[in-house]
Amino acid sequence: MISIDTLTKSFGKFTALKNISLQMQAGQAISLLGPNGSGKTTLIKSILGLVIPEKGTITINGHVVKTDWNYRAQIGYMPQIGRYPENMTIEQVIRMIKELRKDVKKYDEELIEGFGLDRIKTKTMRNLSGGTRQKVSACLAFLFSPDIYILDEPTAGLDPVSSELLKDKMLKERSAGKLILITSHVLSDLEGIASHIIYLQDGDLMFYKSVEELQIATGEEKLNKVVAEVIKKTIPQTAVNP
Amino acid sequence: MIGNIRGLILILMFLFVQPTLGATIKVSPAINALAKALKAANKNDTLLIQPGIYKEHDILIDKKLTVIGVQWPVIDGENKSQLIFITADSVTVQGLQVQNTGRSSMTDMAGIRVQNAYYANVQGNKVLNTTYGIYLQNAAYCTIKGNLIHANAVDELNSGNGVHAWKCHDLFIDNNDIAGHRDGIYFEFVTESHIRGNKSKRNVRYGLHFMFSHNDTYSKNEFSDNGSGVAVMYSKGVVMTDNIFRHNWGDAAYAILLKEIANSHIEHNLFVKNTVALYMESSTNILVEKNRFIDNGWAIRVTASCDKSTFQQNNFIGNSFDVTTNGTVMLNVFRQNYWDKYDGYDLDKNGIGDVPYYPVSLYSVITERIPTAMILYRSFLTNIMDQVEKVMPSVTPDQLKDTEPRMKKWNL
Amino acid sequence: MKTIVKYVLLDLFRNRIILVYSLILAVLSISLLGLDNNPTKGLLSLLNVSLLFVPIITILFATIYFFNSVEFTELLLSQPIKRNTVLLSQYIGVAFSLATAFGIGVGLPLLFLVSGTASLVLVITGILLTLVFCSIALLIFVSFKDKTKGIGIAIAAALFFSLLFDGLLLAFIYSFSDYPIDQAVIAILAFNPIDLGRVLMLLQLDTSALMGYSGALFKKFLGSASGSIFSIVCMLFWVFVPLLLSVRTFKKKDL
Repeated sequence: MISIDTLTKSFGKFTALKNISLQMQAGQAISLLGPNGSGKTTLIKSILGLVIPEKGTITINGHVVKTDWNYRAQIGYMPQIGRYPENMTIEQVIRMIKELRKDVKKYDEELIEGFGLDRIKTKTMRNLSGGTRQKVSACLAFLFSPDIYILDEPTAGLDPVSSELLKDKMLKERSAGKLILITSHVLSDLEGIASHIIYLQDGDLMFYKSVEELQIATGEEKLNKVVAEVIKKTIPQTAVNP
Repeated sequence: MIGNIRGLILILMFLFVQPTLGATIKVSPAINALAKALKAANKNDTLLIQPGIYKEHDILIDKKLTVIGVQWPVIDGENKSQLIFITADSVTVQGLQVQNTGRSSMTDMAGIRVQNAYYANVQGNKVLNTTYGIYLQNAAYCTIKGNLIHANAVDELNSGNGVHAWKCHDLFIDNNDIAGHRDGIYFEFVTESHIRGNKSKRNVRYGLHFMFSHNDTYSKNEFSDNGSGVAVMYSKGVVMTDNIFRHNWGDAAYAILLKEIANSHIEHNLFVKNTVALYMESSTNILVEKNRFIDNGWAIRVTASCDKSTFQQNNFIGNSFDVTTNGTVMLNVFRQNYWDKYDGYDLDKNGIGDVPYYPVSLYSVITERIPTAMILYRSFLTNIMDQVEKVMPSVTPDQLKDTEPRMKKWNL
Repeated sequence: MKTIVKYVLLDLFRNRIILVYSLILAVLSISLLGLDNNPTKGLLSLLNVSLLFVPIITILFATIYFFNSVEFTELLLSQPIKRNTVLLSQYIGVAFSLATAFGIGVGLPLLFLVSGTASLVLVITGILLTLVFCSIALLIFVSFKDKTKGIGIAIAAALFFSLLFDGLLLAFIYSFSDYPIDQAVIAILAFNPIDLGRVLMLLQLDTSALMGYSGALFKKFLGSASGSIFSIVCMLFWVFVPLLLSVRTFKKKDL
């Protein structure tokens, strides 16, 4: 579904991504991991076309990202920080996005109801808490039932109930054969969702393996233990926090 | 024919008994009809010129006659020569259309010329496309009234003046409409005369131009769109009231230029949209009062060579610059004027501002020296400069001030 | 495009700063025009206000707005919409709402208190300046990643155009006043949109004085409609050139 070939991107002297090649398939839920500044956001933004690659190509279902902006119809994106025009109401934001996507007629409004956003739809964005804005972002990402989800820190700032709701939604979509790409610091939140793990460090792809594979290799069950174990083994000590 | 006319005259003379009244003679178009009729006419006769075209020139009127055109007979000089020439006293010329004089560098070709004659009455004529319209030389007690004097001069060299007077006195120039000459009205050595209610516009040089002409009065005239406005030089006792000076635009264009004028009075005139409304040079003892200066580039430009003049009770509204001068000495007085740029206060509510108004702005001094700097006028920068100068005057003459600026404009 | 413009306007017309801006302009206009029984003087004061405040407020507001809506821009760009569309929609939204604020704050009082050609030219000048400085703000936004830096540049640009530029030009005129520099001065003027706007008004208010200059070019430039046409055309360049540059830069910008 998403095919990345020798992707390189640098900002000035700093190289954010070094020669990354990846293949992501439908039905996978991939957890994108790595310390701060490792290139996670740059990778996501490259897929979304927000960051222009220096070298290499990204192809999504056959569409080349660089030339064909229509591919974005297949992606639902939930940004890390959801900031919207201050004086718009929740209702207006949702309506605007719907109006922009005239190609879609059927809406997935499960999350809007689940989060109870329809009860506060006349509130302006200025008056919403960070968590509520996060909910709006989530709703927008799932609104058009796209084939690919890109979720940047989806559960950060959400209350436990909403967090669970969102996780259920992700699972549901995964079993429907969608591709889900998630970055998260809270590994326990991804328990039972992530099928694969990509680990980036300093712009390098350290590993890209399925969770099962890693569980066998490390003998651990819990996702955070697994990951900690793998990092200890595969990455030279000098590279980890001193 | 002539016999017939003689007979007619005789009959008329008997009819009216009073022999001084003269006869009335009709003249119709024919070859040299005017010349013949004028020659034949007796003193005090009246010639009624019938409609038609008379292609005659150098038409001499050398006895006291009344020449009246009926429905605008046309006297056409065919661009070759001059037309009516009056040398006798008390001649009346009225209702003629005089057109197309020649142009010559040797003689001043005029539509109607009055020379060495008194009491001429030139009234209600149309003088079209002439080099000089009405030309008065050594004349006095003449009335030039209600004539339409239009030409299409394009440059100063090949053109003459609408009403031209030289060495005359006691003239009465009234309600004429003059356009398209070199100078609309030109006076040289003309004294004790009245110029009233004339319109002088679109002349190549000056709407009104006089030199060495003392004790003349100009009132209710309108001078507009002239190449350089009105120039008044080397004269004394000039009175100008109720005139309108409008839209005299250009470099070296002045609504009025006063040069070496003394003991004169400029009152209740209206100056609108002129490049410079009043320019004074080497003039003395002039009273400028109750005038309105509106939307001019410079309302008053007064050189340091002027003295003993008073500017009072005028309104200054919407001018780019109110007053400029070229020196630091100021021997003239400004008082009780209304200046729209004045931003002082009147705490005692007597209608007079409590702090003096300095009408010379810094930027007017700068543009005087460097005209190109005008392009930056009214920018934030130049506003700051003007404000700073107001607080700490350094370049502008501090003697030039109105110590009693009016808070409200005068009702003029 | 229409949809985004519609929603950006929906947001901005409820923006407090825009409302306050419009209100302050209206209060200023009414007091300046109403206090004096001399309309030309009021118009002049209003001109000074417009030339000083419109550029700085426009460029600051627009720059901050563009930087603040980066996340919103990203969200829009994650939809299947062209980059140009998003950028231009935001420009149109901001420029239109600021221009409307000026039109209501200054245009309406002028219409009722001093209607005439000079007033119309003042409103056109203000609106053109709004469009120009929105364009410059957009160019600043696409050229810099850092918001603080962008705002700094915006303030510097406003100061440069409203004060420093004229100072340098005056110095130039002073030093070369013995040479025929009229043509050069007019050419230099084209590089400052505020000066162009001011010249537009100068041609309305001070024609009488401007006609007093002997330079043939000046007279030709200032005496006929060509001066106004020149100024308006140059200002339109100032709207469209930064806008085109912004679009080009934005195509390659990393968000």
